[in-house]
Amino acid sequence: MAKIKSLADLKKKQEEVRSKLNLRDKADNPESLVQIKVAMATCGIASGAKEIMEFFVDELGKRNIDAVVTQTGCMGYCYAEPTIEVQLPGQEPIVYGYVDSKKADEIIELYIKKGELVDGIIPQNYETIDNK
Amino acid sequence: MANYKMHILVCGGTGCRASQSEMILDNLKTELETKGLSDEIQVIQTGCFGFCEKGPIVKIMPDNTFYVEVTPEDVKEIIDEHIIKGRKVNRLLYTDPDNQEHIADSKHMGFYKKQLRIALRNCGFIDPENIDEAIAKDAYQALGKALTEMSPDQVIAVMKDSGLRGRGGGGFPAGLKWEFAAKNASDQKYVVCNADEGDPGAFMDRSILEGDPHSVLEAMALCGYSTGANKGLIYIRAEYPLAIERLKIAIKQAEDYGFLGKDILSSGFDFEIELRYGAGAFVCGEETALIHSMEGERGEPTVKPPFPAESGYLNKPTNVNNVETFANVPVILLKGAKWYKSIGTEKSSGTKVFALAGKINNVGLIEVPMGTTLREVIFEIGGGIKDGKKFKAVQTGGPSGGCLTEKHLDTHIDFDNLIEVGSMMGSGGMIVMDEDDCMVSMAKFYLEFTVEESCGKCSPCRIGNKRLHELLTKITDGKGTMEDLDLLRNLSEVIKDTSLCGLGQTSPNPVLSTMSNFWDEYIEHVTDKKCRAGQCAALKQYIIDEEACVGCTACARVCPVNAISGERKMPHEINQDICIKCNACYEKCKFNAISIN
Repeated sequence: MAKIKSLADLKKKQEEVRSKLNLRDKADNPESLVQIKVAMATCGIASGAKEIMEFFVDELGKRNIDAVVTQTGCMGYCYAEPTIEVQLPGQEPIVYGYVDSKKADEIIELYIKKGELVDGIIPQNYETIDNK
Repeated sequence: MANYKMHILVCGGTGCRASQSEMILDNLKTELETKGLSDEIQVIQTGCFGFCEKGPIVKIMPDNTFYVEVTPEDVKEIIDEHIIKGRKVNRLLYTDPDNQEHIADSKHMGFYKKQLRIALRNCGFIDPENIDEAIAKDAYQALGKALTEMSPDQVIAVMKDSGLRGRGGGGFPAGLKWEFAAKNASDQKYVVCNADEGDPGAFMDRSILEGDPHSVLEAMALCGYSTGANKGLIYIRAEYPLAIERLKIAIKQAEDYGFLGKDILSSGFDFEIELRYGAGAFVCGEETALIHSMEGERGEPTVKPPFPAESGYLNKPTNVNNVETFANVPVILLKGAKWYKSIGTEKSSGTKVFALAGKINNVGLIEVPMGTTLREVIFEIGGGIKDGKKFKAVQTGGPSGGCLTEKHLDTHIDFDNLIEVGSMMGSGGMIVMDEDDCMVSMAKFYLEFTVEESCGKCSPCRIGNKRLHELLTKITDGKGTMEDLDLLRNLSEVIKDTSLCGLGQTSPNPVLSTMSNFWDEYIEHVTDKKCRAGQCAALKQYIIDEEACVGCTACARVCPVNAISGERKMPHEINQDICIKCNACYEKCKFNAISIN
């Protein structure tokens, strides 16, 4: 192991290792970050949800966007798999269907970065018990 | 390096390891390997999460799912359901005792809601055996800042302004202690970390060393820099093998990176740390006894002054602080004295770690700001009393402290308030008692401990405590008299006034505080020969109700001393002279015919 010889070196080292804990740090307050849930039930996985999840994890990391990517169960839109739910901080979540890597790229570039809605939104067609 | 999608944190504290958390860790790794997920999911062994009651704990990030009481067999289900399909395993989630709902996110659990974790900031978050994770969470930044930007005096000034007081029990201002050590000129000085945690029921120092050892190493180096010492010693009890192992790893890693050793961060400051093992004697937590033990002498205290700051280890100026005190230091230097001072109460700034034990629902380690009330700690964080029983008392400060009752529940916890109500902070052990606990027996239990742990050097402690214990035994055996109670009180006062060190000066506290808060229970034991909690076996009387007894002979057959007699199908009788109150008949009787007086 190389010795750390100054405070500047230490700061540099911290920058370097911080990313390893990024995921845990972010989990502490997900509300302030972009949250993406990928539906990963049998239908989703069969349609490539796993690859999409990896795509988001890798690409968001590369593009320096602080986001929490988690998986969830079937959202019920099995016809439109893979489906994902994206929630920007302080906004209502939006569900996108038929997400392939091209669509995922579009979602990151337009919706997540600029807040512009992208085609493929599945409108919420149910009520939850929270609202009743 | 692959980007991990998830981190699985497994508690690797002593408590959870005792419940097979290591096997959980192994199973997780094997299972992920088999499923080909090792590159996507990282498994990390952390320090203690604090929620020891429900251990072993497994936490999944980033969705913050908090699984409790996990067994090695549950691993497959966690991987298959949660990791692969994204469905939480409900049966392993924490259940809210109030509404029986599952709580997935630890942030919403009553146990964590009121906590503020400074000393425990990294426990249960980082891998204590990986210095990089500690560095990511600011380890050694404070040391770097001090060595490059601050003079030793400036460091001491921050410590003094912060108002940090010794967390080992005394509550002496840490900054002032450092200043004393700094002012005494000498060719050699020492920094000692007191990790001889001896209070029954206290385990915060162990958990800090197991969960975040670098915080203590960094603080010791900071202390060395500001007091002019280049040698640090950690006095740790040999009963803490895991803490010792993790400390050794941490010291090695810190040396490799150059945070310990020669010319640290090119500042010209040298500092090294060694371990010293204690044999687990309570009195060695007293700083002069601790120093003698390290020197190879008998672990006996000596009169202060001289204080260790003038003449300590090998007669050189020595600064001794406790583990939890040290763990606070790096944060204070990074965030400033003003920030630290804003937490807690006016005279006790910051937070305090408490070890909750006894008849409380959430046994574990918690950290709250000073000034939190006992009620909040016991009922909100601790989840109240087990089995819906009634709260009776809480013993704070271990064998040196006192017990507090219902009327003290709204006391705001800090060093001075606890002393005012007749107890003390001590190292932060909190043993909660319910209606089934006899207060005389409780006092006897602590006396047993002090008699065992007294070093024997001074007679008030060596002989006096023994006599106190005998008196208490006499009372719990139902043979006490009113004169004994007077004697008990007088003797307690004498021991307090005349003992040499803190151990003897405080050992009668459990007796005095139970006498003042539960005087009627003492009287009952003496005059009515009754123990209301039913704990004093000698005062119990088992009686068979003639009406209810059907003469099944079950009790007579189970009695180990043949104290029960009677014809078949006729009411039986217990011979009180022979009965040893073993409770066997009571448990056996199917007709509720046996009652206990």
